[in-house]
Amino acid sequence: MPLRSEPAPVRWLIVGIAVAFLGIFLVLPLFTVFQQAFSRGIWPYLEALGDPDALAAIRLTLLVAFSSVSANLVVGLIAAWAITRFEFRGKSVLMTLIDLPFSVSPVIAGLVFVLLFGAQGFFGAFLQERDIAIVFAVPGIVLATLFVTFPFVVRELIPLMQEQGIQEEEAAISLGASGLHTFFRVTLPNVRWALLYGVLLCNARAMGEFGAVSVVSGHVRGETNTMPLHIEILYNEYHFMAAFAVASLLALLALVTLVAKTVLERYLGRD
Amino acid sequence: MIGVHNVTKRFGTFSALSGVNLEIRSGELIALLGPSGSGKTTLLRIIAGLDWPDDGEILFDGVNALTRSVAARHVGFVFQHYALFRHMTVFENVAFGLRVRKGRQRLREAEVRARVTELLDLVQLGWLAERYPNQLSGGQRQRIALARALAIEPRVLLLDEPFGSLDAKVRKELRRWLRDLHQDIHVTSVFVTHDQEEALELADRVVVIDKGRIEQIGTPRDVYESPATSFVHEFIGESIVTPITIENGIVSYGGQPIGLDSQGVRNGKGALFVRPYDMAVVPVDGATFAGLVTRIHGLGPARRIEVALHSDDGGVVEVDVPRTSDVSAGQTIGLRPRQYRIFALPT
Repeated sequence: MPLRSEPAPVRWLIVGIAVAFLGIFLVLPLFTVFQQAFSRGIWPYLEALGDPDALAAIRLTLLVAFSSVSANLVVGLIAAWAITRFEFRGKSVLMTLIDLPFSVSPVIAGLVFVLLFGAQGFFGAFLQERDIAIVFAVPGIVLATLFVTFPFVVRELIPLMQEQGIQEEEAAISLGASGLHTFFRVTLPNVRWALLYGVLLCNARAMGEFGAVSVVSGHVRGETNTMPLHIEILYNEYHFMAAFAVASLLALLALVTLVAKTVLERYLGRD
Repeated sequence: MIGVHNVTKRFGTFSALSGVNLEIRSGELIALLGPSGSGKTTLLRIIAGLDWPDDGEILFDGVNALTRSVAARHVGFVFQHYALFRHMTVFENVAFGLRVRKGRQRLREAEVRARVTELLDLVQLGWLAERYPNQLSGGQRQRIALARALAIEPRVLLLDEPFGSLDAKVRKELRRWLRDLHQDIHVTSVFVTHDQEEALELADRVVVIDKGRIEQIGTPRDVYESPATSFVHEFIGESIVTPITIENGIVSYGGQPIGLDSQGVRNGKGALFVRPYDMAVVPVDGATFAGLVTRIHGLGPARRIEVALHSDDGGVVEVDVPRTSDVSAGQTIGLRPRQYRIFALPT
């Protein structure tokens, strides 16, 4: 039974405000992105996406997202495992540290890596002697993205693993399963939906990250520009249509993520 | 046979087990009975190999088990909350222990199927084979957990509060069923419980544990009729407990000698333990205690009367009297124990 205490005009007003807000701040911008992208028709749109620099940016973004998501998947599982399965000193400190990337500005996240691996940085001399480029090169972009996206997987896993407890694993081991077998047959299947959910959010953030990547990238066109950086450059150079064309891909990613997230949430409830 | 020798376990400063000794004979059904936090589950987990003691040893048929992992000990463990694998069907749950075998011990698929079907028949749940754990009732889950543990043909079956999370009716059914099952397959079994009724009804021998120490080991009859310590007397069955003092073999209550045998208990403060049905109503003259009947209640073969004792501490005791007794509320009566136990109070 809906609550009928408010008179109809008040209800319509409240619903109207909410819908108008969503429309102006969420739907309209999204619509604008696609409208601008296709403002000169489909061929110029495809041409803009087929530009070598745009293609390089897309490739780099995919590479960075793939590397950082894989690393976060593995490290996130290990960290969640350690935190939920063992008692050790400094556990609460570790739990707090996991959230650090959420509370720190992405620009600082990028700067940290410049300070560590840049020419004047802590490891700068060491790296220069061996001719290894990290900052203003792909490894730096991956590192910065890794840092920014680290919490997504771990934070999905910890509450679930805490709630599920250790008993199914103990049961598996008492039935003669090896540690590895227990992990792949019991632990992993039990957290698979949460893991996928974390990966999805992690991926969306990895592809869209601007601030941290901007600091460490060096903006070398066709080499160290990810999609968000490429869009900024195009926009600053008044190539609006091309900028929105690339932006439309990111917007599409957001929509796909949203749908996948809704579907996953249904499965998550079942675990 | 399983030997537990001098097992000690601490969690930080908390002493969960101190110097526990126990022999479990082959084919026996043993209950570890104690209040929560007494260390009984810790003992079970140490026998299983899910926990390790700080001191002492565990022997399986005379061989040190502490150097062996849970898997190598070949124990069937049934968890309080079942711990069924939630993403596997009932069939796959039971088959798990067979499928993880390696090398020469590995079974062919047909053999696995035959064995699992046999086990599901044993627990009378063959028709649930394709269901998932969350589609089963608590009692069904418990039986599947048991079938899963039996699949590896364990040398010993360890059950942690096997009926703890079931409602009263299912608990009673399952208890009878487990006893029948044990009579059929005779696997050495140890179960943990805080429910005395469960322990007394089911077990061949009961191990009473309190604060990490074994208070008594004996048949259900032993621990009920000849409790070794005041804890056992109070924990198992009902007891009337009265504070007394003992001096040179003379037992006094409220400063007055009451003519009971001190049963060899040393001088000092003690406690008199009587079962409610072992207290006889007698004339006030020459009675052990005198008191005022404040309340009579209860249906069935016996009535329960509450008696406020005539004493400084104003104790109230509950006594069972036959239905035919003519005691009425407001009456002053005398009480004398037919059977009793006296224990020294710890100083």
